Amino acid sequence: MDNRIQRLREQFLENLQRANAAEAFEELRVQYLGKKGEITGLLKNMASIEPERRKEYGALVNQLKEEAENGIKKRMEEAHARELNARIAATERYDLTLPSMVRQGSYHPITLVQREVEQIFASMGFTIEDYDEIVDDYHCFEALNIPKHHPARDMQDTYYLSNGQLLKTHTSAAQNAIMKKYGAPLRAIFPGRCFRNESTDACHENTFFQMEGIMIDENISISNLIYFMKTMLSEVFQRDVKVRLRPGFFPFVEPGFELDISCLICGGEGCPSCKNSGWLELCPCGMIHPNVLKAGGIDTEKYTGFAFGLGLTRLAMMKYGIKDIRDLNSGNLKSLDQFVK
Amino acid sequence: MNVSMNWISEYVDLTGLDREELIRRFTLSTAEVEEVYHYGTEINGVLVAEITKIDEHPNSKKLHLLELNLGDHTDRCVCGAPNVRVGMRVPFAPLGASVKGMTIGEATIAGVKSCGMCCSAAELGIADASSGLLELPADAPLGKAVKDLYAFDDIVFEVDNKSLTNRPDLWGHYGIAREFSAIAKRPLKPLALDDLTKYDALDPVPLGGIDGELCYRYSAIRADGITKTVSPIDMQIRLYYCGMRAISLLADLTNYVMLELGQPTHAFDSRKVGTIGVQRYPEPFLFKTLDGTERRIDPETLMITSDGNPVAVAGVMGGENSEIVADTDSVTLECATFSAVSVRKTSSRIGLRTDASMRYEKTLDPELCKAAAARFLNLLLSIDPGAKVMSRYTDCYQYRYPDIDLHFTKAFVDRYTGIDICDAQIEDTLTRLGFEVRRDGAAFDVKVPSWRATKDVTIPADVIEEITRIYGYDNFNIETTMSALKPVLPQQGKADEAAVKDALVKSFGLHEVHTYLWCDAKKLNELKIPVPENVSLLNGMNPDTTVLRTAMMHTLLPVLRENRFYAPAFGIFEIGRTVKGVKPDGTANERRTLGVALLSHDKERTAFLGARDMIASILYDLRRKQPTFTRIEPINAWEHPANTAAIVLDGKQIGTMSTVHPEIAAQIDKKAALVTLELDMDALAEIPGDELTYREPSRFPGIDIDLSFVVDKDVTFADVTRPFYADRDETLSDITLVDIYEAEGKSLTIRLSFVSQVKTLQKQEVQAYIDRILDVLAKENIRLRA
Repeated sequence: MDNRIQRLREQFLENLQRANAAEAFEELRVQYLGKKGEITGLLKNMASIEPERRKEYGALVNQLKEEAENGIKKRMEEAHARELNARIAATERYDLTLPSMVRQGSYHPITLVQREVEQIFASMGFTIEDYDEIVDDYHCFEALNIPKHHPARDMQDTYYLSNGQLLKTHTSAAQNAIMKKYGAPLRAIFPGRCFRNESTDACHENTFFQMEGIMIDENISISNLIYFMKTMLSEVFQRDVKVRLRPGFFPFVEPGFELDISCLICGGEGCPSCKNSGWLELCPCGMIHPNVLKAGGIDTEKYTGFAFGLGLTRLAMMKYGIKDIRDLNSGNLKSLDQFVK
Repeated sequence: MNVSMNWISEYVDLTGLDREELIRRFTLSTAEVEEVYHYGTEINGVLVAEITKIDEHPNSKKLHLLELNLGDHTDRCVCGAPNVRVGMRVPFAPLGASVKGMTIGEATIAGVKSCGMCCSAAELGIADASSGLLELPADAPLGKAVKDLYAFDDIVFEVDNKSLTNRPDLWGHYGIAREFSAIAKRPLKPLALDDLTKYDALDPVPLGGIDGELCYRYSAIRADGITKTVSPIDMQIRLYYCGMRAISLLADLTNYVMLELGQPTHAFDSRKVGTIGVQRYPEPFLFKTLDGTERRIDPETLMITSDGNPVAVAGVMGGENSEIVADTDSVTLECATFSAVSVRKTSSRIGLRTDASMRYEKTLDPELCKAAAARFLNLLLSIDPGAKVMSRYTDCYQYRYPDIDLHFTKAFVDRYTGIDICDAQIEDTLTRLGFEVRRDGAAFDVKVPSWRATKDVTIPADVIEEITRIYGYDNFNIETTMSALKPVLPQQGKADEAAVKDALVKSFGLHEVHTYLWCDAKKLNELKIPVPENVSLLNGMNPDTTVLRTAMMHTLLPVLRENRFYAPAFGIFEIGRTVKGVKPDGTANERRTLGVALLSHDKERTAFLGARDMIASILYDLRRKQPTFTRIEPINAWEHPANTAAIVLDGKQIGTMSTVHPEIAAQIDKKAALVTLELDMDALAEIPGDELTYREPSRFPGIDIDLSFVVDKDVTFADVTRPFYADRDETLSDITLVDIYEAEGKSLTIRLSFVSQVKTLQKQEVQAYIDRILDVLAKENIRLRA
């Protein structure tokens, strides 16, 4: 009887050794451990065993059954691990140094600088306004206290249009409309594209960006103007800038100023960039002329205000070290695709 | 304009003050100083000498050997100047002295030893070029240093002319001196003037026919018996330092008075003028100005005339026919004021900008005329005592500027400044600047001086500037404003712009560019795109760039072309302005417009539908609304007749997109797929967004039913799905495209997804609905595949 178990065991182990695919293991399981399996058959044969040997016989068969189950399981696991390893070994090692297929977009540098400055103003409660590029004589000149024949109209070489309008020469052209739209008190900036009829070279463009700001309220003073400009410019340049005002003539402000900041290159010591003066002329500003306030429907008895203009194009050139202003309108992607944010 | 500090110090005592510091304060209080020059520093040890003997040079015909008397000793030198003469007094630089650019050492000139050098004006730095030695007066003390006798040493500063445009009073030294008097708080000395009333009994200068519109004041006075022709050395130095050149006494005097008072005058040779008039001529003619150039005079140009014949362009330049010459011994001096606009326009019309016209353009004070005449005579008579005034001061004063009286209070000043500048300081500053101030407590009544009243100071705010600039902006305490809080919301248009740019750059990898507002005809021609009919520039410099763009593509397609080798696939965009003709009121129809131009080597269909998906996703992001796209007829040359579509949102067309017409595409890149897209950002801004409404997902499983149709080639996905949407079952949640196959005819498989909120659907529950719609489709010849 024992011999029978022993023979079956040897036969099973031999078969197990030969099997290596998943189906073969299943076949083995059915052949030996299935309902009609040979090991299962030994158990069914229990009745024919003499009662006093049944216990021993049962133990032996169960031992074989367990051995067979474990054997199949182990061999299956081994086969699975082999298969996985083979797959892993066969997997391609990807070349991470291949060039990227993602197209990286870019902003125009003016957009980047404009956003930065707008953010600063928005944080100080300024409305950001948009305005037309094509305006009329009234908005560009009359409403800004620049009457006909005023030399200021010669100073700005204006593009006149066939329909009687003109291209705005400065963002100040929006002042009147914005005052009328909001009334006082008012805090607004209005960036925009301006046009001057002049020939272009590395430093001159007929199309450029400015940003105008106005603040109107009761008792707005020169002292407030200086404070504001210093705070704003320190934020723009991300450092504590010194400012100084000089008299400057612009018909739409009175008093009018040229605002200088301490030279960003030498810090005020004097260098070629600032012609050794220690100062850089940065932006015109001033107290809004009463005639301009009146034209905008603002009560000049009650309100005063200040206005300033920032050259966004110049700011972008300073910030990024752009030497030729013509790069900005060139549309040349080799130059422009660097401005990623 | 150059300003001599020596000249200033004639009118303001600057003793004990640092002149350079004063100049710095001038920048901060008055006008921008561009450059400071230190003149005379190179001239040292140059002495007055008299030529006592002239010998021929043994080896040269041009050179002479001079013996010079220096008072206490004699020196010898070799000299090549042509104007040497025994008895002539000249500046002599002995050994060790220095002149402009060199120190004098012993030298051998053409074999003869020379101990020193006689100097020309140029060598002393007071002329650009000289043809001979500078002749000093016959009474110049021998052996004395020239720098002790004449004002070679000077600090001269250059003011930016642009910063003086609104200040006619600052175009002469006296006006600048007034500023220094206020800055330094020192008195301003009066001008030395001749008393013109002495001549009231004399005959007038004959004047007749003075233009009543453009000539505000015309005055003249005549002096005879002039024998001196050379100006004093000090005058020559000042003229040179201030950018002019000594010519002759009479010419120098007119320039000197102009530099001093800012008032141009003109010296006529009395022999050449009769009755002087000021008029315009009805017919154009040619006129030779005293620089020898023939100029075309048109009917708008104001001319000075003598007996009806033109002798000068008013306010710009005299004529050759009446100018003073070497033997002029009688001068008729014109002191006049002309319309600033007229002079400015004349000057630009005839292309001649002079020191006189620059000043007249600034709107001069007519009161200056008389002062200029009195100052001219004062100088002439002191330099040439033999001269004699032969006429009365003849004055035709036709237009007087009104007096300007301004009233304001200390509180008004405080409100503007935000600081406390005391009453006394306000009064002091204004008085020094020439304002007549009457103060009653804190109330001020001021009369604006005539030289500031022509346009510059007209309202109380103008006075604020006078007070604050002299007070000094550096001295302000700076303070923040106190303003009420107000929420600031971004404007729809601005917010859209930012979001669109972000999406195009960050999600779709496009490049933002800036292009001009106008078409470039040359570039469009290369692309075979016609220049549109549109609003155009009247005065552009380039005839190829005058018409404004009606579409962004007018400027973006040339940029796309220029970048065609940049990458196999790229896109550019710009949010700029287009001008779509004019509105009914004649104003330009300016639209904020997004333009996108894409180049790739994908299939054109892929590129076109990709662009459609891009803009749809951006619009959905902005408004939570799905745009629709409908085929339209192209209106622009670059739009492809087969594939041009309107972008419609909320039932309104807000843009167009197209593939590019093959004729134009061929000029850019024959093999590439090109897509253009324009979106009217102003139209978009007017479309409101939908609110987010949350829908709970059904808890029951839905069913998907796929339907395959066989259709004609022209039948679209929308044609097939439209009846389902038109008669939508409440459980129909979505229709998607499963497959599209085009071989013989077109096969289109769609998937209908149904789901109920209340139960698990069975197929047979929706079959009736599907059959109903299939009947509708069958009528349009859209049938299920057999």
